[in-house]
Amino acid sequence: MSKHLRKQLCPFHIRKKTTTPMYKIVSAQLLAENIKKIEIEAPRIAKKRKAGQFVMLRVEPNGERIPLTIAGSDPEKGTVMLIVQGMGKSTRALNLKEVGDTIADIVGPLGTPSHIENFGTAVSIGGGVGTAIAYPTAVALKDAGNYVITINGARSKELVILENEMKAVSDEAYITTDDGSYGFHGFVTQKLQELIDSDKKIDFVLAIGPIPMMKAVADVTRPYNIKTVVSLNPIMVDGTGMCGGCRVTVNNEVKFACVDGPEFDAHLVDFKNLSDRNKHYLPQEKSSLEAFAEHKCHLQQSL
Amino acid sequence: MTMDAKTITTKQRLAIPRQAMPAQDPAVRTHNFLEVNLGYTPELAQQEALRCIQCKDPVCIKGCPVNIKIDQFIKLIAEGDFLGAARKIKEDNVLPAICGRVCPQEDQCEKVCVLTKKYTPIAIGNLERFAADYEREHGDIELPSVKAPTGKRVAVIGSGPAGLSCANDLIQLGHDVTVFEALHELGGVLMYGIPEFRLPKEIVRTEIDGLKKLGVKFVTNTVVGRSVTVDELMEEENFDAIFIGVGAGLPWFMGIPGENLLGVYSANEFLTRVNLMKSYNFPDNDTPVFNCEGKNVAVFGGGNTAMDAVRTAKRLGAKNAYIVYRRSEAEMPARIEEVHHARSEGIEFLMLMNPLEFIGNDEQWLTGAKCLRMELGEPDDSGRRRPVPIKDSEFILPIDMAVISIGNGSNPLIKQTTPDISVSKRDTIVVDLNTMATSKENVYAGGDIVTGGATVILAMGAGRTAAAAIHEKLMGGSAS
Repeated sequence: MSKHLRKQLCPFHIRKKTTTPMYKIVSAQLLAENIKKIEIEAPRIAKKRKAGQFVMLRVEPNGERIPLTIAGSDPEKGTVMLIVQGMGKSTRALNLKEVGDTIADIVGPLGTPSHIENFGTAVSIGGGVGTAIAYPTAVALKDAGNYVITINGARSKELVILENEMKAVSDEAYITTDDGSYGFHGFVTQKLQELIDSDKKIDFVLAIGPIPMMKAVADVTRPYNIKTVVSLNPIMVDGTGMCGGCRVTVNNEVKFACVDGPEFDAHLVDFKNLSDRNKHYLPQEKSSLEAFAEHKCHLQQSL
Repeated sequence: MTMDAKTITTKQRLAIPRQAMPAQDPAVRTHNFLEVNLGYTPELAQQEALRCIQCKDPVCIKGCPVNIKIDQFIKLIAEGDFLGAARKIKEDNVLPAICGRVCPQEDQCEKVCVLTKKYTPIAIGNLERFAADYEREHGDIELPSVKAPTGKRVAVIGSGPAGLSCANDLIQLGHDVTVFEALHELGGVLMYGIPEFRLPKEIVRTEIDGLKKLGVKFVTNTVVGRSVTVDELMEEENFDAIFIGVGAGLPWFMGIPGENLLGVYSANEFLTRVNLMKSYNFPDNDTPVFNCEGKNVAVFGGGNTAMDAVRTAKRLGAKNAYIVYRRSEAEMPARIEEVHHARSEGIEFLMLMNPLEFIGNDEQWLTGAKCLRMELGEPDDSGRRRPVPIKDSEFILPIDMAVISIGNGSNPLIKQTTPDISVSKRDTIVVDLNTMATSKENVYAGGDIVTGGATVILAMGAGRTAAAAIHEKLMGGSAS
């Protein structure tokens, strides 16, 4: 609608913007193609966050709120670390940020922290950028005295992230690649099955990654009755429990992933419903990304 | 023609009809998100103000939860002193441009207006709104005076109506006030819930800016219970007292099959996407929302939130927008004005109808709601006639989108992280209603977190009561 119409219809309309606080990026490093490690100044979150929690952030003032799991923090420096894979418009825009840039908003830590105890032998499985989300929990599992095995899966060698970090917290660390270009040739589930078949006693499995991967891990561990936890990634808006956009079905009950989760018992999750619900805005996401890509293209031409 | 406020007789006052609120034409407004009501002109406002007979015992004041000096501000409008009227209101109400728009005056001040019996009540809300808008429009907003600093620090949790009014009173009493807000914008339901076409967001920002100028500090993006706890605020950040005004923001679902299908929203989510995230501006604003263009949309519920949601869907291009309510129109809790507005915008009211199940296609998109027709039986505990199902009346209402608007509960975060605050069975915070004090020393609460979903002005009244009690407590009884 035109500004003219706006003014005509609403004589008292005042167009004054209030200033919003901005959050500074203190380090930014590309880990793999399209995957960036970003450290943001957010002292309260850095001080408070626990493994398994996430933040909601907006890149620009007209941006959407997106959830991202906290990969690490430095309470002294007052920074939180995020590992971001450029998928749609907002994550790509975030990935274009460099040191000294700011983002409009970041809020957290949100969600219920991971339930950590000494289970015995714990296997932490990360698929793709899910590895970054699994990392803090792997650290916490190690700290709690578990024998930690990590399986870090990627499509190919160039996409393997956090290899050294994972090795440092693991008693056994495995890399798998779908194309066999590095480490074990195959899926994370095949490696897990191999471990189970080798009669290794596994007490706990944490799996974080794409929905089909988490579902497949749940299917592998179910017959052996191995306690398995997944971190769900539904669409979120506020991230504080006020809208239910992130609702998931767990054990035939409706749960809000942002408050009750994001971690749930993998054997009780309705993955089909989660996967369907995540398709809600596909056409809009696609058009938004296309418009952004085109805009960036023009920007580069004009430089 | 305007008569003189000084010479007008009571008979002449009573002969003036209630002045109607000018509004955007329905055919135009269903295609935009601009405010529906356009506000009184100075002439209309003066004419309406002259209707007030200036009773000796103005009962309207008692009908207002924050006791605005209604007779006095209306007299000032009648005399043409619009700025004076605005300042008179602000002695008791910090958000008059907001309350004038969203209060249910017909149940409060206007309900008890003495003219109601034989004539029509004074349009107090319209006049309050006029005075506040006039002051803002003329750029001459006068700040109230602030008392000398007391050295006491108060944290207000939540920047909705309760928190804002509490912060306002406390800052004027000389306390150091910090408001913590979980979202990136201030205002609570005024920002995310009530649509732009009922309450322009710039008006909310301007009224909150007034508080900033008085010295209230605002901290956004901070979820108390997650980012920091009540105990940490008191022990580590040295706040002397805390007011909890976090509202009732936990949406209720119906618990019927198919509620997780694509296209089924809570009213909170739908309205948050549209109002706070401005998804009606997609793709200029990044947040998407269901594409309502040419679709059938049903909103389940009969309150103001349901009216807001259904009128929003219509503006997003819905072909058919229905209100589905299990009782009859007489029992709907929504304001009559909003129901009228909705009807003139082409909203269809499907009364005495109860959904049993949502039905979807193979891709899990909603295609319809299986509903049951009801009839009214005997009155229930609430005094309203209970809806009873009509046998074999099941049918399928074809819809592409559903919005559930059957009320809200309390967010559990504060309860979970501050166990020494007593809560009711419904998870509302239990307080002493005279002081709004909770079971925890120096912690007060008010608004929807205490009452469950209620009105903006009741929340503001609770914020005021708490501010007075906090002041009394912090000043050790020596408060004046």
